[in-house]
Amino acid sequence: MARNGTAPLFSDTAAGTLRLIGYLALACVLMVVDQRGGWLARLRYAGALAVEPIYRLAALPAGLVQDARLALAERSGLTDENRRLREALLLAQARLNRLDAIADQNQRLKELLDVRHVLGMNVQLARLLDIDLDPFRHRIVLDAGARDSVAVGQVVIDAHGVMGQVVEVLPHMAVAMLITDPNHALPVTVERTGLRTVAYGTGAIDQLKLPNIPLSARVQVGDRLVTSGLGGRFPAGFPVGEIVQIGPDQAGMFAVAIARPAAALDRSGEVLLLHDLAEPVGPPAPVAPVGPPAQLAPAAAPAAAPGAPR
Amino acid sequence: MTRLRAQFLLLASSLAAALLLTLMPLPAALLPLKPYWPALVLIFWSLEAPEHVGLGLAFAVGLFADLLNGALLGEQALRLTALTFIALRFRARLRFFPMWQQALAVLALLLNDRVLLLMVRAFAGDPLPSANYWLEPFSGTLVWPFLFLLLDDLRARLRVHET
Repeated sequence: MARNGTAPLFSDTAAGTLRLIGYLALACVLMVVDQRGGWLARLRYAGALAVEPIYRLAALPAGLVQDARLALAERSGLTDENRRLREALLLAQARLNRLDAIADQNQRLKELLDVRHVLGMNVQLARLLDIDLDPFRHRIVLDAGARDSVAVGQVVIDAHGVMGQVVEVLPHMAVAMLITDPNHALPVTVERTGLRTVAYGTGAIDQLKLPNIPLSARVQVGDRLVTSGLGGRFPAGFPVGEIVQIGPDQAGMFAVAIARPAAALDRSGEVLLLHDLAEPVGPPAPVAPVGPPAQLAPAAAPAAAPGAPR
Repeated sequence: MTRLRAQFLLLASSLAAALLLTLMPLPAALLPLKPYWPALVLIFWSLEAPEHVGLGLAFAVGLFADLLNGALLGEQALRLTALTFIALRFRARLRFFPMWQQALAVLALLLNDRVLLLMVRAFAGDPLPSANYWLEPFSGTLVWPFLFLLLDDLRARLRVHET
């Protein structure tokens, strides 16, 4: 009764608290449903009409800065860069020519072995949109989407190595997770010894972590890592990185290695999307049951008999 | 009436700008320092124009931000709703604080927001973030006085313009 004077105020805040609880509960329900069912991707696909122009708008200033830099860059700098690029191209071309012969030979040998495997890669070029979705999740936005037949799970590479994989597709854009994302794991082999292990993202753009290497494995600093092809998502043999540091873990049971990614994760402007998904692991899909040909079915025979030219 | 509409336009455009700024790329070294713009703008408007800002607006802005950032749907909605609720609740005191005290209050709000985000991510199964995860509230605090002055000035200009 003593609180009579404050009653309206009290009821007002109570209503506010109730509303807060309602909204928080709604948010929690949304999060759980999204985490379980992946609703967000579907909703985002539907909302892409609104989202995509905003991405383009947000990427605009960075693009303008880039253009301005190009326009204002010193002529000598540009000629220098041009010369360097030409040399690099020449080198790559020479290396490719040599590789062509090897690829031919490989193809012949594989045909001999009756392995159904194409060495030629089916790739698609995509540009990065310069926007940042979340500093603590390593995601990039590519300007190719479902209309360009990009699909979830496609592997993203650049000239130096594996960058990541597509995790979400919008009509004209796709979101890819980098291999350094804390949620990403990538099956790799150490090229020198053939040891298979898993490289985890750390959340730092220049570090991968290999936390469970057997102590007996003799992995050294400088060892190169390539994809192992296990897991069925990344095709085998693409460079992943190079080990820069190795030491025992806290329990002393395993060695922990830190690797530097080979791909220019923070500098690439253009990336390649692999179209050939890795060969699936496991038994082949069951063959559809084959019966006798349909025209031999007894029910169809009387109807078809008069018209059939025999 | 037109004054209200002008203010509403300013509110909408400042929120849109905040959402765009969250997508803005920065050099990798500065990325952890990127302030959480929607939170700052929502705090400003819940202090200055509580008749326009409610939990519903915060929730809607958060949902849209989730859609843009591709994070868990409802994550930012939860954070912004809680933040706006606290800001509205302590509005009477926050409004008349001197600027440095207000900035400290904003720091507390943003730290609370980070703790909420950490809880959500932990439940979703994400690994614990690195130490510079906690830098963002401090950069937000540093930006706050300038943002406040800018938005306040814009608002005052609109008012003068209309009368």
